[in-house]
Amino acid sequence: MDRPLRLISANPLDSLARTVEALLVVASQPLTVEELAEATADDVERIETALGLLRERYSEGRSGIVLQKVAGGYAFGASREAAEACARLFERPVERGLSQAALETVAIVAYLGPVSRPEIAQIRGVAADSAVASLVERGLIAEAGRENSPGGAVRYRVTALFERVFGLESLAALPRLDDIGEDQAAIRERLLEVAEARAS
Amino acid sequence: MASAVRDLELDLDAFEGPFDLLLTLLLKDAIQPSEIDMAGIIVAFVERLAERDELDLDACGEFLVLIASLLELKARHLFPDEEAELADMEPEEAAEELARRLAEYRRMKLAAVWLRERLEDQSELYFRLGPAPLAPSPERRLAAQEPLRLVEAMRGLAVEPPRVSLSHIALRFPPVSQFVERFRALLVRRRRFDFDTEMKGLSRVEQAVAFLALLELRKEGEISISQAAPFAPIRIARADEPLFDTDDGRMLQWTARSA
Repeated sequence: MDRPLRLISANPLDSLARTVEALLVVASQPLTVEELAEATADDVERIETALGLLRERYSEGRSGIVLQKVAGGYAFGASREAAEACARLFERPVERGLSQAALETVAIVAYLGPVSRPEIAQIRGVAADSAVASLVERGLIAEAGRENSPGGAVRYRVTALFERVFGLESLAALPRLDDIGEDQAAIRERLLEVAEARAS
Repeated sequence: MASAVRDLELDLDAFEGPFDLLLTLLLKDAIQPSEIDMAGIIVAFVERLAERDELDLDACGEFLVLIASLLELKARHLFPDEEAELADMEPEEAAEELARRLAEYRRMKLAAVWLRERLEDQSELYFRLGPAPLAPSPERRLAAQEPLRLVEAMRGLAVEPPRVSLSHIALRFPPVSQFVERFRALLVRRRRFDFDTEMKGLSRVEQAVAFLALLELRKEGEISISQAAPFAPIRIARADEPLFDTDDGRMLQWTARSA
């Protein structure tokens, strides 16, 4: 045999991929490509290629750990096939007992944020204090400054944890509001019909 | 108005006084409804009811009507623009605005449904949750430095600061040992003595120190202490001496320990 047997791949990105892998294991929240590039002192393109290798390696059916693109970054999570075992040992406390009011409130904050409690209350037609407090406590929304008026109300935005819990790559992954919901004109028609029926 | 409601005494952050005065002030715009803690009023009324131990239906009815009106007043006050906005509009415009709001809410409601489904889809995905990483410590950037200002600052620091007077907090009283000696000397001359009589003319602090001295002597087993009743004179005797010679010859031994 002319050459020795090579068990280790010669791909020069393998070493970078291993470092990225290590960083993702240590991280407790998603890491962006830029953060990974800074930590590894490497360039963004090479990081993206290394992440591609890792995504292939850590995918459903191939590994118990899955690399997810979520909340604007990359993070490791458990595979779906391990969900049952995970559920016996762990829970997902952030979304446990999330009420309808809280879901509507977080939807408003996700789409319209930064948004204040009075603005949320105006859309929902009821006070949003307890829903907002519950969402802040769960870490799904956080304060994001105040309204410009004197003594302006606190505004809220959704957090990276929100994107993580709902499995969104970013807020851009939310469906367009125009795609869901009844047309305003249709509601107006219905309102007028009700008004006419009362008048007659 | 039922007197139980009218005379209800309130102690709120923004108002203290009877309920009817609060109503008058609110109606005269002297107090803003938004400043009033409605829950505080309700708690005060419920407490009043509990104190009376009887259910005054008239008062309860009266109170419910009033508190409901106040809540409505407060709610309207919290959203004044909305009311004005809709009231100033033509019916067509108001319908348009209402439809816009309903459509917006409906969209948010459906967005919430979408989020719920998304959440259910994600419920099988477990990931590690940890505290946010430590923020990197911000780089300290110093303003342009002037050596002369540093010299001035150092010069200011080099001056010994004036001594702070502690005279106002100093407690001046004799040591316990002085009273211990005094009582020992007294008990050499007399078998018994009355504490209050001996302490006449001394300050409260000195009396307290003297009492500590008594306790010290009692602990050492040198004296017996007796007081016939609370606030009665405190009698002190040598440990080997009876405190009182009672009518029936028995000895009353109220010691500090038994008291």
